[in-house]
Amino acid sequence: MSEAQEKMTRPIPPPAVSIETKPFWDAAAEGRFLIGRCNACGKAYWYPRAICPHCFSGDTVLEESPGEGVVYTYSVLRRSPTGPYAIGYVTLNEGPSVLTNFVDVTPDGLAIGLKVKVRFQPTEGGPPVPVFAPA
Amino acid sequence: MSIKGKAYVMGAFEHPLRDAPDTSTAQLHAECAQGALADAGLSHLDIDGYFCAGDAPGFGGMSMVDYMGLRNVRHLDSTETGGSSYIVHVGHAAQAIAAGKCSVALITLAGRPRHGGNRPGGAGRGPAAGGGLSDGAPEAGFENIYGGSTHNTYGMCAMRHMYEYGTTSEQLAWIKVAASHHAQWNPHAFLKDVVTVEQVVNSRMISDPLHLLDCCVVTDGGGALIVTSPEVARTLHRPKVRVIGAGEAPKAPLGGLDLDLTHSGAVWSGPRAFEEAGVTPSDIKYASIYDSFTITVLMQLEDLGFCAKGQGGRFVSDGNLISGVGKLPFNTDGGGLCNNHPTNRGGITKVIEAVRQLRGEAHPKVQVADCDLAIAHGTGGSLGTRHAAATVILEREG
Repeated sequence: MSEAQEKMTRPIPPPAVSIETKPFWDAAAEGRFLIGRCNACGKAYWYPRAICPHCFSGDTVLEESPGEGVVYTYSVLRRSPTGPYAIGYVTLNEGPSVLTNFVDVTPDGLAIGLKVKVRFQPTEGGPPVPVFAPA
Repeated sequence: MSIKGKAYVMGAFEHPLRDAPDTSTAQLHAECAQGALADAGLSHLDIDGYFCAGDAPGFGGMSMVDYMGLRNVRHLDSTETGGSSYIVHVGHAAQAIAAGKCSVALITLAGRPRHGGNRPGGAGRGPAAGGGLSDGAPEAGFENIYGGSTHNTYGMCAMRHMYEYGTTSEQLAWIKVAASHHAQWNPHAFLKDVVTVEQVVNSRMISDPLHLLDCCVVTDGGGALIVTSPEVARTLHRPKVRVIGAGEAPKAPLGGLDLDLTHSGAVWSGPRAFEEAGVTPSDIKYASIYDSFTITVLMQLEDLGFCAKGQGGRFVSDGNLISGVGKLPFNTDGGGLCNNHPTNRGGITKVIEAVRQLRGEAHPKVQVADCDLAIAHGTGGSLGTRHAAATVILEREG
């Protein structure tokens, strides 16, 4: 099926930005990908938040990440108003897994374990959002 | 039986802010929890019961359990009665503690009406806060934008299960085949035609690796249940179906380390229910298992202990779930895959068919002989992100 083997893209709506997550999205606008890190327990986490989901400390920071990792899993929704698209999780080299869309890849080009890297995709009226493509 | 003297309020905290321009509603909830825990001298790891009302952003208590990293919760209550909710919660917490369902209950309230915060009772996507900011479910900005649906988030689970355990589409198809064998005898079933493994795997792909016939039906409708005391039950002229065990458990990414989408919260809710009931999976004569998708059934059967993790594909094959054919008759009404999935919530129909089986009132073609012990189990939310699992064990009395 040739149409299914076109590289996937997907228009992404602007994200909900809260006062808590605004620093993440401000960095995204500069092309920087941040993840949560706890100063108390030292562990990384996703999604970004003020409270550490591991040890419940409020002593947390956002740290810059290269946004590199491997595909943990994925699924290609075959029909949508804008064509097929892939959702999945990337396990970052820092440890946490991130829900995302995979772009610039064909459905057959996706595989669990594939090395991927973050990039930012513009949204209409909001900050750019992280998506992942083959590294 | 009374709650008198069965529970204690050992931590209390009032947030010092009266104007919170720089703190999200989720963060306010968490800071209140931190304050109450510090007051009590307890850790977030001690919390095994979580109570919240409509002011908590997200889906029931699941978003806040995930946000706060509450990994030991075994009792959830999101009763919403407006401003009295939290007093209701104290009473409910005392009942849960008296029944042994939890031992450390957390109750939180927080909101930001001065900053356009989320309105209690909404779906977590409240009005925009000032400055173009929102204040809904804490995960929303990082998840909702990616077009997650039930199909593709459960597809992600199936994809990983196949990768780790070699599960095949043909094995998943057997679950639909079994449901269709049962649905043919249900005059109300939405889909009554018996299907084959070939028909399932040759139906069009919806979201890899799930085909059209791996998916449940979309139906209107509903259901209701009456649960009574033993005293009332004795006065009624219906077969007695006794509740002998129940368990529940949320599952969430909790910061995303060690993500494992091949199991559900049933790994916790199931053992709790079986332990309370004093029975084991091998004692069960009939199983109602939530079947939003075929993969949902397979994962839950493994998690509940009907077979080992990774062996679900073999377990469901060759008609093992068909009444009169296999060892574990399941969803004899046709389930969500063929019969009914009212308003996309399959939990109540799971209990209803288990009651029919225990009463001996299922269709004669699917009635399990001498059915005296049944399980009804489901998950709500998404196995691919955050969900809550619930298990009940039911027994026919007399």
